[in-house]
Amino acid sequence: MIPFDYAPASDPDSAVAAVTARPGAAYLGGGTNLVDHMKLGVATPDLLVDVTRLPLDRIEELPDGGLRIGATVRNSDLAAHPAVRRRHAVLSQALLAGASGQLRNSATTAGNLLQRTRCGYFQDVTTPCNKREPGTGCAAVGGWNRHHAVLGASEHCLAVHPSDMAVAMSVLDAVVTVLGEDGERRVPLGEFHRLPGDSPEQDTVLAHGELVTSVELPPLPAGARSGYLKVRDRASFAFALVSAGAVLAVEDGRVRESRIAFGGLAHKPWRATYAEEALRGAAATDEAFREAADAELRHAQPLPGNAFKIPMTRNTLAALLRELATEVRS
Amino acid sequence: MPHRRCHQRAAYAQVWHRAVGWYWGGVDFQLTLRVDGEARSLTVDTRTTLLDTLRDRLSVTSPKKGCDHGQCGACTVLLDGRRVLSCLTLAVAHDGAEVTTAGGLASADGELHPLQRAFLDHDGFQCGYCTPGQICSAAGMLAEAAAGHPSAVTAAADDGPDSQGGPDGTVALSDDEIRERMSGNLCRCGAYVNIVAAIREVSAK
Amino acid sequence: MSRTDDGGSAHATQPSEPLKPLDIRSVGTSPQRLDGPGKVTGTARYAWEHPLAAPLYVHPLQAAVARGRVVVMDTGQAEALDGVLAVLTPYNAPRLADTGDAELAVLQSEEVAFRGQFIGAVVAETAEVARHAAQLVAVEYEQLPHDTELSTGRSDLYRPEVVNPTYPTDTEDGDAEAAFAAAPVTVDVTYSTPMEHNNPMEPHTCVAVWEVPEAPGSQPRLTLYDSTQGAHQVRKTLAPLFELPPESVRVVSPHVGGGFGSKGMPHAHDVLAVMAAKVSGGRPAKLALTRQQMFSLAGHRTPTVQRLRLGADSSGRLTALCHDVIEQTSRIKEFAEQTGVASRMMYAAENRSTSHRLAALDIPVPSWMRAPGEAPGMFAAEAAMDELALACGIDPVELRVRNEPGTDPESGRPWSGRHLVQCLRTGAERFGWDRRTGPGTRREGDWLIGMGVASSTYPAYAFPGSVAEIERRADGGGGPGGYAVRIGAADLGTGTWTALTQIAADALDCPLGEVHLEIGDTDLPSGTVAGGSSGINSWGSTVVAAARAFREEHGAAPAPGARTRASMPSDPALRNYAAHSFGAQFAEVRVHTGTGEVRVPRMLGVFSTGRIINPRTARSQFIGGMVMGMSMALFEESVFDHGTGHVVNHDFAQYHVPTCADVLDIDAVWLDEPDLHANPMGAKGIGEIGIVGSPAAVVNAVHNATGIRVRDLPVTPDKLLRS
Repeated sequence: MIPFDYAPASDPDSAVAAVTARPGAAYLGGGTNLVDHMKLGVATPDLLVDVTRLPLDRIEELPDGGLRIGATVRNSDLAAHPAVRRRHAVLSQALLAGASGQLRNSATTAGNLLQRTRCGYFQDVTTPCNKREPGTGCAAVGGWNRHHAVLGASEHCLAVHPSDMAVAMSVLDAVVTVLGEDGERRVPLGEFHRLPGDSPEQDTVLAHGELVTSVELPPLPAGARSGYLKVRDRASFAFALVSAGAVLAVEDGRVRESRIAFGGLAHKPWRATYAEEALRGAAATDEAFREAADAELRHAQPLPGNAFKIPMTRNTLAALLRELATEVRS
Repeated sequence: MPHRRCHQRAAYAQVWHRAVGWYWGGVDFQLTLRVDGEARSLTVDTRTTLLDTLRDRLSVTSPKKGCDHGQCGACTVLLDGRRVLSCLTLAVAHDGAEVTTAGGLASADGELHPLQRAFLDHDGFQCGYCTPGQICSAAGMLAEAAAGHPSAVTAAADDGPDSQGGPDGTVALSDDEIRERMSGNLCRCGAYVNIVAAIREVSAK
Repeated sequence: MSRTDDGGSAHATQPSEPLKPLDIRSVGTSPQRLDGPGKVTGTARYAWEHPLAAPLYVHPLQAAVARGRVVVMDTGQAEALDGVLAVLTPYNAPRLADTGDAELAVLQSEEVAFRGQFIGAVVAETAEVARHAAQLVAVEYEQLPHDTELSTGRSDLYRPEVVNPTYPTDTEDGDAEAAFAAAPVTVDVTYSTPMEHNNPMEPHTCVAVWEVPEAPGSQPRLTLYDSTQGAHQVRKTLAPLFELPPESVRVVSPHVGGGFGSKGMPHAHDVLAVMAAKVSGGRPAKLALTRQQMFSLAGHRTPTVQRLRLGADSSGRLTALCHDVIEQTSRIKEFAEQTGVASRMMYAAENRSTSHRLAALDIPVPSWMRAPGEAPGMFAAEAAMDELALACGIDPVELRVRNEPGTDPESGRPWSGRHLVQCLRTGAERFGWDRRTGPGTRREGDWLIGMGVASSTYPAYAFPGSVAEIERRADGGGGPGGYAVRIGAADLGTGTWTALTQIAADALDCPLGEVHLEIGDTDLPSGTVAGGSSGINSWGSTVVAAARAFREEHGAAPAPGARTRASMPSDPALRNYAAHSFGAQFAEVRVHTGTGEVRVPRMLGVFSTGRIINPRTARSQFIGGMVMGMSMALFEESVFDHGTGHVVNHDFAQYHVPTCADVLDIDAVWLDEPDLHANPMGAKGIGEIGIVGSPAAVVNAVHNATGIRVRDLPVTPDKLLRS
């Protein structure tokens, strides 16, 4: 770890000014990913601006039934919030499916969105990695890629985004509020994370110095239910092999509205628009759910090491939608 | 304290207004922690984690270093009452914090915490290296359940805060709840069956 | 449970008498761990934690190529860093007097034999500075092509002289090939197990202090606070490397945070720590491997490819058993795992053959991992038995019963005690084995449910070389104050502090509280390594001998200061017997039809391991072994990238071991029958047997649940998915 300076931020604007002014500066939230990467030499900030004491730690219920979640709300507090559990079950479930109790107590909303891939090559500075060091190559291509992307990958990077929470926020149509030197902007969650293309070093659309201040969730459509299912190699405390989050509204046995996203499949939370399209007005049956999954997974390009993700995702999505449809009916 | 070529005490909240140079020897901060009930003031390198501060600077070796990357839970302490991983916590960011280790859960006259007695009775450990972290985690976890915080098991079993838990808003801890909530603490000796039994006994009281 | 004679009755005809049995009073009871209060409060001191003034911190440098030569190491930037005391390199490191053990010949040449090998170290005032300085060392290599991939098709597989520790490499009894060819029922299957890492929770740690007394000509003194399963072994190995007489080296290791074999012998980091101490001007040099470094530098279990050929008659009686093993070792140091040896003695097959072949590769040095040999070998053999049961249409428990040998098939000697059939029958009844149905027939919702069984075995090792000392202590007022019992034994979670105290109390015929055990220090009389489930057999026998000698010499009311030493007694009578532990492992699994996820709701182990010294701690050790066996079946795999030449998943986020949520109802029971041929305690050791057979029980249960036979571990969800 290289030496760095430390400064607790007193207000968002001066935090943004401080980080923007220094190319090597970074924000410190819960630290669960950043400190990890600093020890590994993956991240080498020379100034940490600590934003955890900023007044961004509130969850506000909005008049329209939506929620505004402060950037520094801890994952455990977000998962436990009554309004989240009542109205946005997918978010609470996704948060609780991730990490461990200790990590959730430290990790923040913004930090969770901004966490970086757990690709073993990315985290090992002795191996080539275009995301860590552009132009060095991708060791996962031809290497160990069991956990890697089947959708939206490029020859330069096969990494997947590790967040469960972001998958839930994707189906909740979340909007991220970002503060920069030129003021605030709002980024829909679907546009927040990037696909790797030929610049996998950029995970998101944020510019250096931009600070996530909150995430807004619009209310769920009337009668809709939401949920999250995650498949992993052991029963807890492991990243997803695949996961699915969904919002589902069923009326008279037919799907009125569905929003579907996958985790563990891509460089970003993967909003499954083909699947949603396939389900529009369809009968809420297991067969239709599987066909919807296939409508999305048809576009996948699995590798020999991760082709299992296709049937695993199809079955997981079908199970999740069955569960939500059953709940709706009952 | 080792000698340093560059030694800087930065004033909080103003530091970024100055051009901060490159300090090969590290950047030092003065801070005070309250560790197991005792105020401890010291100067730390900004890079020093809370875990290394406790173990190497304050000789509080109850929290253990098992992985140093937040993947095993051996370093769990209660930081201002909540269980966290001290290996991923920078000490500099927690000036004034209250830190409780497994050593501090026992009373000053050496009387063990009920969790510690239960771990002894149920033989909830073998090599003992993960144990202080398990016990701190269990203490934090019991408080979380008492406060009504859900787990993945709670979330899967029912549907929101109104439909579950005890009348006082607490979450009743089934064995599945305990297992899920304790899954951030790895035990390579495989003492989980006895760890769960020990926590079950304490949570039932 | 009463003792039965299901195979061991021949011992009555043997002439020799075993050593006099220990009269037990404390042995067999369950006091809480005596080291427990220190462990639940975190105050028990592990290697890193001994209070030492003004320590220095060591951060190793590791090779980033799998084979080649260091040609340039630019240490200038690192050395210029404030707080850096020294940067050790192959060019300036102290020379060792003996480089015969290439694993320990640290920094003695520029050659790189595997990726991750030590090529240097930074010694600095703080851990932060040491780590940072290590990042500033620029290294250039001459890289050579490396070869790291084990495969059956290699033309350079060779036959080692012996397999660990000293077993014959190959055996041939009868004509196995012919018998297999002639058998009406045959199973010919190949299993593979992956590279695995011990991963004790406490990383390998060595704190070294090299003190040179000021008096001219006086000998340097080296003190090591080491995380080791054998303090005396560390001293014996390291002293000659540094040209020190053993008595100038002290190794202190009262508490060890797990080892599972990986701390059974000193590794390269111990040498590196001593080198750092030599340049630290008498200050302590602290080195703890990072979790990632442990995947290159602390041993591993070799991957194996095992071909099993079983031939049987139509009633399931084995006529042929062939177990042929291919595995790997490091090019610089041979470790030949004894994977096939259990097949030599397990079942009554008249014709048996076993073989081991190795590939020497550019990989880190493999070593002991819990039940080396038996754990992977019995996985394959016991899964093959499950396949044979299906082929014969016989219940898997019954198949094993039908092949129970009356005497040791390998040596012809009677068993000192073999109660496998009783373990199987007892387990089947307790587990509800009769509820088991055919493969793929039991389903609850989305979950398929199945049961599996496998046998366990492990040799009852005892190693000579331990010495124990008993001394009558004086209390504060000069009167008698109990007994000091001193032996260089180790407790790595094994319960030694408690169990050895219990044995000493009974051997001295005194209350438990009067025994003050001292272990884990080379200032104590020599203790053998805690390995191969030999600890309590070896140290316990030694303590009993010392206590008996003490009473003989000093009587029932000895004066304070009275002291006696004794060595581990040899027991010629034991040579007439085949002494092994046995067990039966049962597992129930649930497999999700949509995702392939496996859950293990129940496991039961029934063991016959002689007398149990402390039921409370013994149950933990059995269960712990079973958990590790379940983990071997479902989770563990060190993924080796043959392009880079290293283990990619080298941390706890990627190398999965079970979490609390993975371990449901796991229990262990045992037949209460001391094996008095084994030693005066009647004990046979319990550290390994829990991991033997449990992987096969789980994998056999997965087959019973799904009809899918997975022959390559671990059984991850992708292998059970049918699209």
